[in-house]
Amino acid sequence: MDGGDRKTAASGAPDTAGTPGLSDVPGASGAPGWVKSARQLERERLRRRRSIRSGSVATVSTLLVIVLLVWGVAGSPGWPRVRETFFNPEQFVKALPDVLDGFLLNVKIFLIAEPLVLVVGLLVALVRNLRAPVFFPLRALAVAYTDVFRGVPTILVIYLVGFGLPALDLQGVPTDLVTLGVIALTLSYGAYVAEVFRAGIDSVHPSQRAAARSLGLSHGMTMRHVVLPQAVRRVAPPLLNDFVSLQKDTALVATIGPLEALRQAQIHAASTFNYTPYLVGALLFILLTIPLARFTDYLAARSQQRRGQ
Amino acid sequence: MSLLTIEGVWKNYHGHSVLRGIDLSVEAHEVVCLIGASGSGKSTLLRCVNLLETVDDGTIHLDGKEITDVRVDADDVRKRMGIVFQAFNLFPHMTVLDNITLAPRKVHKVGREQAEHQARELLERFGLADKAASYPDRLSGGQQQRAAIIRAMATRPRLMLLDEVTSALDPALVTEVLSVIRELKEGGMTMILTTHEMGFCREIADTVCFLDDGVLLERGTPEQVFTDPRQPRTREFLRSVLDARRI
Ligand SMILES: Nc1ncnc2c1ncn2[C@@H]1O[C@H](COP(=O)(O)OP(=O)(O)O)[C@@H](O)[C@H]1O
Ligand SMILES: [Mg+2]
Repeated sequence: MDGGDRKTAASGAPDTAGTPGLSDVPGASGAPGWVKSARQLERERLRRRRSIRSGSVATVSTLLVIVLLVWGVAGSPGWPRVRETFFNPEQFVKALPDVLDGFLLNVKIFLIAEPLVLVVGLLVALVRNLRAPVFFPLRALAVAYTDVFRGVPTILVIYLVGFGLPALDLQGVPTDLVTLGVIALTLSYGAYVAEVFRAGIDSVHPSQRAAARSLGLSHGMTMRHVVLPQAVRRVAPPLLNDFVSLQKDTALVATIGPLEALRQAQIHAASTFNYTPYLVGALLFILLTIPLARFTDYLAARSQQRRGQ
Repeated sequence: MSLLTIEGVWKNYHGHSVLRGIDLSVEAHEVVCLIGASGSGKSTLLRCVNLLETVDDGTIHLDGKEITDVRVDADDVRKRMGIVFQAFNLFPHMTVLDNITLAPRKVHKVGREQAEHQARELLERFGLADKAASYPDRLSGGQQQRAAIIRAMATRPRLMLLDEVTSALDPALVTEVLSVIRELKEGGMTMILTTHEMGFCREIADTVCFLDDGVLLERGTPEQVFTDPRQPRTREFLRSVLDARRI
């Protein structure tokens, strides 16, 4: 005898007093035959004024914080020396082309590794969800895989794959260091992403499966059309977060040799004893990850909003 | 031959028997209404018929074929039945139209165009034509439940199972769902339904079955069960429902 909340959602009552953000529900404007009352106009005017005020407060306080930060850092006794070794404009310009060149390799590694990680993660998650006894060996393998690769530090995986695989001297095993780096990153991140997918799959309410099965959909169809679409939507923010992490971990591939951004910066720094090239690398990585991070925030906010409805 | 025959069905959960030897047969075009207190096993019985639960004993035949046989493909059986639950269970990430066409397209391999055409016809018939492109969370409870019934209808099932389809609804929304069920009966659909709406049950049922603690205690026409119940337990139950209504 509940379900009253459903009714109110449908009736779309025009009274949204004191709840900014609800004013854009259907019917708030342009409804035929509805003229805004004086009360409503006054309310909207107040709301506008309040939002202008909070905007100005935010701007002023942000400026104040920035001024204080700059003043605090620039006023410290060691600042001149730090500026010389880390913020040297001349070194910055000199290192930029090489580091940028290396950085393109990072981007390439990332772009290849990411889809592979998605595929591996999804497959492993799906295998772990198979219930039939025939699939036991597969399931056990998937469990072992996630256990191992989530446990071993990524940098170790890169070492082991980078130096271990070629040493096997097997036919068909790649020896190209970049390829080996991609394999190592995929193995390591695939394990994380598999767990993220699995959590998403488990989070879809069992009644959704029951509803799908009752319509005659098979296990596979139920997964493909009902469970996965909901699961993927739910885990998109944590997945993107793992990708931000993967983007910067491409730098770990430097440890086995390829001339990517970190490696190039190291070379420059070693010859000049100036650390500005590292700053160049850091800036480039930030530039790469910020858009993805913002996109993650956006998705998280959107799903939050949806659930709030 | 009966459309559905349930014989000696038992179902246990954790050593507790929820269904205790149910016998029930349903003829084609018959509407059977299950009544009984909450927890008496009505939902469990429907879930057993739909093979969402495996029975612990007994058999169920559909169209003369045993569906509780372990070698039977459950998906194949479910293709021939529709079930609608108390909670609407529409798929939230699909529009109403996609919800309805999913099973016809994927399970019954009907072409997209034809499936959508049929879905639109059903939506029209049940007064939801303007909601085809909406997502479930934009629908009222009554509309969601009607969409769920249409979804179950879309595969042209031999048998419809409706489990308290109005219980999660406001009284004001109940009537629109009940009229959908009425329309189904007029179309000759065979149905087993559970409900707390005794008036509706009396109106629509050909046969009323009273379930008490997993036992099918009484079975008869609505007239007989509601006005002259044979079992004292049935009388007690009906009185308690009437009392609840008065409060
Ligand atoms: N999955 C389950 N696990 C354990 N007990 C269950 C399960 N499903 C139902 N039951 C129990 O079975 C009994 C009958 O439930 P149900 O069929 O839902 O009754 P009704 O629909 O008549 O209200 C209840 O006591 C309930 O707690
Ligand atoms: Mg029930």
